[in-house]
Amino acid sequence: MTDAPAPSTPAVPPKGKSLLAQDDRTKRRNAAEKRFRAYGIAAISVGLLFLASLLWAIVQNGTPAFTQTFVNLEVALLEEKLDKNGNRDIDDIRKVSTFGYNPLINEALIVATADIETEVEDGDLKKILSASAAAIVRDFVIENPDRIGETVEFRLLTSSRVDGYLKGRVTREDLARDKNLDAAHLDLIDVMVAAGAVERVFNWDFILGADASESRPEQAGIGVSMLGSFFMMLVVLVLALPIGVAASIYLEEFAPQNKFTDLIEVNISNLAAVPSIVFGILGLAVFIQFAHLPQSAPLVGGLTLTLMTLPTIVISTRASLKAVPPSIRDAALGVGASKMQSVFHHVLPLAMPGILTGTIIGLAQALGETAPLLLIGMVGYIASNYPDGIASGFLDPNSAMPAQIYEWAKRADPAYYERAWGGIIVLLVFLLTMNIIAIILRRRFERRW
Amino acid sequence: MSNLLIIAIILGLGVAGFVLGRQRALVSAGGDKRNLHSLPIYYGANVALSAILPATGLLAIWLIVQPMAINSAVSDLISDDSISETGTRDLVMADVRRVAEGLDRAVQTGAMGADTSFALDAGTDDVRDTLASLGVALGSDVTPETLAAGQRYRELLGTGNLLKTLAVIATGLLGLCVTYLRTHKDFRARNTVENGVLLLLIGAASIAVLTTVGIVLSLVFNTIEFFRLYQASDFFFGTNWSPSFSGRGQTSELGILPLLWGTLYISFVALVVAVPLGLFAAIYLSEYASKGVRSVAKPLLELLAGIPTIVYGLFALLTVGPLLVEAFGDGGLFGVSWMAGGTAVMTAGLVMGIMLIPFVSSLSDDIINAVPQAMRDGSYGLGATKSETVRQVILPAALPGIVGAVLLAASRAIGETMIVVLGAGAAARLSLNPFDAMTTVTAKIVSQLTGDSDFASPEALVAFALGITLFVITLGLNVFALYIVRKYREQYD
Repeated sequence: MTDAPAPSTPAVPPKGKSLLAQDDRTKRRNAAEKRFRAYGIAAISVGLLFLASLLWAIVQNGTPAFTQTFVNLEVALLEEKLDKNGNRDIDDIRKVSTFGYNPLINEALIVATADIETEVEDGDLKKILSASAAAIVRDFVIENPDRIGETVEFRLLTSSRVDGYLKGRVTREDLARDKNLDAAHLDLIDVMVAAGAVERVFNWDFILGADASESRPEQAGIGVSMLGSFFMMLVVLVLALPIGVAASIYLEEFAPQNKFTDLIEVNISNLAAVPSIVFGILGLAVFIQFAHLPQSAPLVGGLTLTLMTLPTIVISTRASLKAVPPSIRDAALGVGASKMQSVFHHVLPLAMPGILTGTIIGLAQALGETAPLLLIGMVGYIASNYPDGIASGFLDPNSAMPAQIYEWAKRADPAYYERAWGGIIVLLVFLLTMNIIAIILRRRFERRW
Repeated sequence: MSNLLIIAIILGLGVAGFVLGRQRALVSAGGDKRNLHSLPIYYGANVALSAILPATGLLAIWLIVQPMAINSAVSDLISDDSISETGTRDLVMADVRRVAEGLDRAVQTGAMGADTSFALDAGTDDVRDTLASLGVALGSDVTPETLAAGQRYRELLGTGNLLKTLAVIATGLLGLCVTYLRTHKDFRARNTVENGVLLLLIGAASIAVLTTVGIVLSLVFNTIEFFRLYQASDFFFGTNWSPSFSGRGQTSELGILPLLWGTLYISFVALVVAVPLGLFAAIYLSEYASKGVRSVAKPLLELLAGIPTIVYGLFALLTVGPLLVEAFGDGGLFGVSWMAGGTAVMTAGLVMGIMLIPFVSSLSDDIINAVPQAMRDGSYGLGATKSETVRQVILPAALPGIVGAVLLAASRAIGETMIVVLGAGAAARLSLNPFDAMTTVTAKIVSQLTGDSDFASPEALVAFALGITLFVITLGLNVFALYIVRKYREQYD
């Protein structure tokens, strides 16, 4: 290819050079072309690299949260400690607090480690167990008072440090400054692992369980906040879908061209771009400050997220209504249907797959949203109780998955970071499922006209 | 009677109305529905709607107005003395409400007879202990005044609820009867129903407007309240942000400038990351990439936009921050010690930039695709290479749209919360070092309002002033960006 010369200079290539040899300028231009292309490839690669490293960080840091270390321990439920009167009166048994169970567990640990040579003093042995161990034994005894006096095998949680050591999060160097556990404990654990007394198994309690206090990360689970998210999504679905569809039908099919319609349209497009935190302020001021609805309730969270999701649903619903060709409406009107009938009997059913897709995507967005929930108080406490029923599910204080993750990320113990990453995996699984459903819906039912 | 029961009764009325209306219409047509003006279900729906709609409307209005009316009636009973003792009228009113609710609960659970509950005397009976045993915690001892106000509150609430039940059910019945009697074979039931449905649709569409009104009102009123307690000029031009915790007698300095600076700095870093990457990605995808590459790379990039911001926040806090400290911190990879901790402008900006890449790239992609093919062909025909075409023809043509996309991304960055709450730190400072921790408007809204139910102190109210600033800035950017994008579109469509 020859050079395109400027009009002022004659277009004669210099003599003695082949047409096939590129001159300097062509080379430069071709190099620039290659460079430009490389920039584009680099940009995309960097973007994908970011995506990959994000996913890698999530998977690598989050998967350990799904397994947990347990100790199998035979605890002798001594009658003289747990039921002094010996009459198995449940009220007497209840009077023994978890402190009363600690000696039993300690004794069990001493027995279990009797054959192992260790520098750990007998009194320090219980540091390898979670603080929840005594409560677990106590709950068992209260439920089965007749087994007092027997020796029962329990599967008890280890402390988060031991768990971290087996997962590679905690090293011996870390423990030098840690008064919760010594390196000697870890030697003991190594022996116990080899003997099969300590094992790591899949941890359903992380997915289904409740949050725990700051000092017991090994016990914390995301189940309760999952329920909170579920109730919020129920509110969003029940309110946002009908209101959003009704608003879109009006705007797309009935609205006359006037100032009021313009106002609504401008409002919707602007609301879609309002920062989510502003919706949090709105929820706080209107639902809590003004209407005195209970703080931290999934109902309030759901109402706030409804307002936030509405524009998304309206925009996607309008797009799918617009995609239904006018011939459908004309045909319906032509056989004598009223305008309302043509919309509700013909246009809306045809637009339904698109509307559902948009709704699911809006719900997925709402599910992952955190900032508004911080303002209406769904953080800062321990979501440790399952709701008692439907009404308390809506009205009792609860957390939500993203708020729970935020809560864990703020806590000081690094063991909670693992939980936070694990929580993200759970959250992303939900989002992924919703998006896949949306894609399947679109593929299966969407028509091309 | 509980609201749920009232709603159930109204719905019952609706169902009954539907059946009755349909029947009456059919009877008036002699059992042959061909003699009717509309289909039979429209007659039923007409009666049902006129039983349900006015009654629920009344219920909704009543639920909003009644608490306000009772509150203002009761708060007149509280003297200014007791307000100065506890702090604010809101706090006293909260106590009054709690006393009233506690007594009502006592009557409900049978711990107290209805008569004794009204005959309580704050001087002799220990109301606080009684209520505490029922699980109602009070902030302070119950004064006679509070108790009197509480009793008055209960009385008014009782009468109000009774009136509400009667009025709502009466409205429902009235609507049912009137339309039932009007039902006749020549009655234009379909038109009436359709008008009613249209009204519902308009109502749904107005919720968008109501939301905006709600946002503006809740921000404006609380901001006015804030400026009554705190000088507006100190807020807008103050260079120091150091809120004290209310009630300790210290004065807070609440200047917005350090927060705005942090916000803009972080957004700037984010845009420096996102705009070149997003733009080049968009150019490559729309001009160079083969169909196969495009169908894989585009959804993958857009995956970044679907990830919740809390994930990015955690990524910034736990992955990017420590990495940056390893590189730029004390004894780090580059032997400089610019960075003290993992939370910094750079951390938040970088991660926010990653989040914004798909935002910039898909918007720019749309805009570049909207440039007419004829312009490209013309350029190629003149012998330009692809990159020359992009740089000298397509980008200038698409520039307004791209500027719009960048502005939209900037508005996103300014309003972003979770990444900065977790990644940027909490210290408000005016510094040029991008490796310093800084804080933003959104992060401070969160920290000033989280878990706070007392909106009386300037430290809490300042969040609303910050919110309105944020709202105005992002709204301005959006309106401007949409204006530019729209204007540009008109050129080629």
